[in-house]
Amino acid sequence: MKAGENSRKLVVLALIWAVLLFAPFWMPPLGGYTALGTRVLVLALAAMSVNFLLGFTGVLSFGHAAYFGLGAYGAGFALKFLAPSTPLSLLCGTLLGGIAGALLGALIVRRRGVYFAMVTIAFGQVFYYIAFQWSSLTGGDDGLRGFSRQPLHFGLFSIDILSSTNAFYYFVLFCFAAAVAVMGFILGSPFGRSMIAIRENERRARFLGIPIERHIWIAFTLSCFFMGFAGALYALLNNFADPRGLHYSQSGDFVMMAVMGGMRNFWGPLLGAAVFVVLQDYLSSITVNWMSFVGLLFVAMVLFFPRGLLGVIARRSAA
Amino acid sequence: MNVLEIDNVTKRFGSLVAVGGVSIAVAKGELRAIIGPNGAGKTTFFNLISGFFPPSTGRIVFDGADVTLVPAHRRVELGMARTFQVTEIFPELTVFDNLRIATEAANGHRQSFWMAREQKLKIGRLVEETLELVGLRPKAYRLVGELSHGDQRAAEIAMALSLRPHLVLLDEPTAGMGDQETYEVTKLVRQLHQSGNFTIVLIEHDMRVVFHLADKISVLDRGRLLAEGTPQSIAANEAVQEAYLGKAA
Repeated sequence: MKAGENSRKLVVLALIWAVLLFAPFWMPPLGGYTALGTRVLVLALAAMSVNFLLGFTGVLSFGHAAYFGLGAYGAGFALKFLAPSTPLSLLCGTLLGGIAGALLGALIVRRRGVYFAMVTIAFGQVFYYIAFQWSSLTGGDDGLRGFSRQPLHFGLFSIDILSSTNAFYYFVLFCFAAAVAVMGFILGSPFGRSMIAIRENERRARFLGIPIERHIWIAFTLSCFFMGFAGALYALLNNFADPRGLHYSQSGDFVMMAVMGGMRNFWGPLLGAAVFVVLQDYLSSITVNWMSFVGLLFVAMVLFFPRGLLGVIARRSAA
Repeated sequence: MNVLEIDNVTKRFGSLVAVGGVSIAVAKGELRAIIGPNGAGKTTFFNLISGFFPPSTGRIVFDGADVTLVPAHRRVELGMARTFQVTEIFPELTVFDNLRIATEAANGHRQSFWMAREQKLKIGRLVEETLELVGLRPKAYRLVGELSHGDQRAAEIAMALSLRPHLVLLDEPTAGMGDQETYEVTKLVRQLHQSGNFTIVLIEHDMRVVFHLADKISVLDRGRLLAEGTPQSIAANEAVQEAYLGKAA
């Protein structure tokens, strides 16, 4: 029974990576374009980071866009003021998002449930208004401009990820794979299992000797590092960072992607992000009210398929 | 030597005195039953022992060390494990994973991101041993949430045992069970007691179970210690009969 399950997992994994690896080839014939695929990857990484907390620790953060946005600004500042280096900008963005998460997380993890969600929103909005008001540094409502991603230098050769959208797609796919591998590794470790224990039954976990608050804080901090990394990639994708990336409605989008895709499933948010981004791209060319349609779909999903798209698929194939 | 000494412990919730000035001492290897009518403060008393909340006044000594203000998860590290009146498990995980989480936590891996191969094998062996001990091996890869009530309770006791405790607190292990399940769980508890590795304190409603298992019985009534002694002396105690049956008219 166990062996069959493992081989099925391997097949699914191979399928996911094959689809991602060949996206620049199969997307254009289907009416897509490579940059759309890049966007899916970046937002999927963010949604997976939210789900790291929501789906695997059972803690709902409604202000995670703050760390996403901080990552974007961190990357932008590094490119604009420090040095024209893509890896450095990723590092700065990740650190800015992660460290802010570690500091605020220490205050937030004392609350649970609705209060936790409210406090995360409040801190998120603080960053939104700082970015909005501090125009001299952040460009305010117009966003941070005047930087662009830089070619990658490997001594003998360099890769131009600025003008070649395919090269940039593969660069983002590489970053996505690295981040997701780390995430999967953590979830498969004893610490990861203790996170799941907290989700399943906090009281039982406490009486197994697991220090709940500290573990939620570590999970929160890790998720903010992933979030900052995703935000930094987002800044590189757009060559631009703006306050809306910090706004709580952006946090809501990430939660929607995770829930639509299936939050008990590691890959659920990837599917959710793909559906969300493609719908947004398609519907927004038809109507400015595209969000009402996505919202309707979301409501229908939650009502009829509470386990999300991947949850439904997994159940079908298991039966 | 006494494993557990409760010294004049009181717990108030506002003006309600849930536990008032109770003292008991439990010797190493003993199986102590705590009984009492509904609302006698038995579960509150358990929560005090396991560190769910601190007492208003009084002292709790575990293995000779004062643990009155030690938080619950630290008491687990010191060798105290408990089960709950309503079974507390990880329902969406397999029996094996439930025990693995407990075993990893007990062996200092709760914060590890990585484990060496021999560590993993050792954890696996320990889990197998515990599965064997409680007779859940054939159901190791079933989801705990899908098991029968009795098996879920056995799984919960197994999780407590995975912590390698020497004091085990069982809050109504046979609550809501049929005869057959009650028999199975009682057998398991007696087996643990006879192994001599554990000191056990249990709350129980089923008098057959209590008189069958306990070395000594403490009776709580309205937050106070009403009587204490061997099963025979408790059965013969008039005050206890009165508390249970109401004052004879």
